[in-house]
Amino acid sequence: MSLKEDVRFMQGNEAIAEAAILAGVRFFAGYPITPATEIAEMMALRMPQVGGVFIQMEDEIASIAAVIGASMAGFKAMTATSGPGFTLMQENLGYATIVDIPCVIVDVQRGGPSTGLPTLPAQGDVMQARWGTHGDHPIVVLCPATVQEAFELTIEAFNISELIRNPVILLSDAVVGHVREKVTLPDPSRIRIVNRRVTNLPPEQYKPFAAGPDGVPDFAYRGKGYRYHVTSNVHDEEGFPATYNHKVANELIRRLHKKIEFYRKEITYYKTYRVEDSDVLIVAYGCTARSAKDAVNMLREGGIRAGLLQLQTLWPFPGEVVEGYAKRAKVVVVPEMNMGQLVGEVERCICRKAVRINRVDGKMISPWEIVDAIKEVFSHA
Amino acid sequence: MRKEIVLSGYGGQGLVLAGIILAEAAVIYEGKNATHNQSYGPEARGGASRSEIIISDEEINYPEIERPDILLAMTQDALDKYGESVKEGGLIIIDTLYIKEVKPRSDVEIYELPITEISIRETGKPLSANIVALGVLVSLTGIVKRESLEAAMLNRVPPATRDLNLKALRAAFDIFKKG
Repeated sequence: MSLKEDVRFMQGNEAIAEAAILAGVRFFAGYPITPATEIAEMMALRMPQVGGVFIQMEDEIASIAAVIGASMAGFKAMTATSGPGFTLMQENLGYATIVDIPCVIVDVQRGGPSTGLPTLPAQGDVMQARWGTHGDHPIVVLCPATVQEAFELTIEAFNISELIRNPVILLSDAVVGHVREKVTLPDPSRIRIVNRRVTNLPPEQYKPFAAGPDGVPDFAYRGKGYRYHVTSNVHDEEGFPATYNHKVANELIRRLHKKIEFYRKEITYYKTYRVEDSDVLIVAYGCTARSAKDAVNMLREGGIRAGLLQLQTLWPFPGEVVEGYAKRAKVVVVPEMNMGQLVGEVERCICRKAVRINRVDGKMISPWEIVDAIKEVFSHA
Repeated sequence: MRKEIVLSGYGGQGLVLAGIILAEAAVIYEGKNATHNQSYGPEARGGASRSEIIISDEEINYPEIERPDILLAMTQDALDKYGESVKEGGLIIIDTLYIKEVKPRSDVEIYELPITEISIRETGKPLSANIVALGVLVSLTGIVKRESLEAAMLNRVPPATRDLNLKALRAAFDIFKKG
C-alpha cells in the first residue's frame, strides 16, 4: 500500500476545518464572525458530506453550549469564533472544564477590545484564552504560525482535548487564518488520533467523575445504562453537588489541575530555529513568529547570533523550556501584537527583563522592526 | 528568489481568483512556495480589490508585501495608489481600457495593454480579463511556466468557462509569441 501525501494550497481557516474532520469531528456549531467565518463555511459544506452535523446557532453562547452538549453525547465537537464571540463563550467554557467535557474552540484573533479592529490581525486574546472564564480552571492553548501548523495543531488540539477531557483553545490570528500557502496533508493512516478513554466497568460500579492517577475520568456513552449526573456546581465522584463539603471541593479542583500537570510534557509543543549558539533569543508565537524567523536570518547576516524559540503551546506556559533556551542568551526579546501579554510569563520564568516589541495597530510586526529593536539594544551595550 | 506581485483593481474583475491561480501554478505544478493574501471593501462588486502573491524557492515567512516587484493595475485608482510602491527594476502592467493617465517612471518597465478588450474580442465578454492579465504577466516575467498556469487555471475556473478562459489565455500568450 502506498502512502498518499496531498499537496494543497489553502487558507489557515480551511486547514483547520479539514484537520478537524480528519481528527473525527462530526459536530460543529457556530456563529459567523470575520476573520473566522471560513471555518464555519467549510464545516457547513463538509459536515453533511461526512455524516456530521453543522448548525448555525443564534449566537456564540448557544454555539458553545451546543458543542458541549454534543461532546457529552460522545461526539468530537468544535466551534470557531473571534475575540467578541470568544468573550461570549467564556461562561460555558468554564462549565466544560468543571464537568470534564472535551471540545475545541478556535479563536481567530482580531484587534480588540470590543468590536475593535474588524478585522485586522492581533494577538490580544492570549490572557483571555488563559483566564477568560472565572475560577481556577485548567486550560490548554495552542497557537499556529503557518497554515501547515494550523492543520497539525488542530489535530493535536483534539487529541489533547480527548486525552485529558478538557476544552482546548486553538488560538489562531487573522494572518494565519486568511493567508493561503502550501500545505502537505499526510496520508490519513499516518495521522495519530486520540479518542477519549471509555469505561469498562459495569454500570453499577461506574462513577462518572472518579479518576485514576492521571486525574482523567473514564467516559460512558449515554443510552448504555450508565448513570451520569452532570452539574456545574462543585460535585463528588457521582456527579452530585457537594457545595459544603470542603474536602470534595478541594479534591475536585486539584484533580482538574492534575490532568494538565500529569500530561504536561505530552501537551507542550514548540519549535526552535538556530538557537544552538544564540546570544539573542527571540521568544515568539503565532504570526509574529514568522517575522521573527526572518529577523533571525537578517541578524545573523549582520553578525548578531540570534535564535528563535517559537511557542506553539502557550498554556500551560512552558516555563522550563523558555528558561532552558534563555540560559545562554544575553538578550531575550518578546515581540507580540498586543501591549505585552506573554512577556510577563517569560520574565517570570527567566527572572530578568526581556526586550518588548509591541504593536496594536492591526499590522504585523515586520522582520525589520525586530532587527532594529535588537540592534538598538546592542548599540547601547 | 522571492518575487512579490500585486494584482489590483475593482471587485468583480476576478483578481482574487487570478492570484490564487498564479500561486497554485507555482505551488502545485512547480513545487515552489507561494502565499496569497487578499483585501477588498465590503461591496460584492465595484469596491477596491487587491490580491497579493509571493512566489519563492525558499520558505516564505513574512507574508506581507510592502514594495512589489510586479504590479497589475486594472483601474486608474489602483495605479494611482500603488504605482509608486513598485520596486526599482520592477514591472507595471496596465489595462488601457480603464487607465488613461500613466505617471512615467524611468526605473520600472511599464506595459500598457488592452487587457479587458482582448477578453471581449476573444470571448465576447470582459469576464476573462483576469485570465488575459495572468497570461500577459507570465509571458513577460516567466515567473511560472505557461503550462503550469494553464493547468492551474483549468483546475480553478468554473468548468463551463474552461474553453473561453483557455482561448483568452492563449490570446494573451500569442501577443508575445509574435515578438
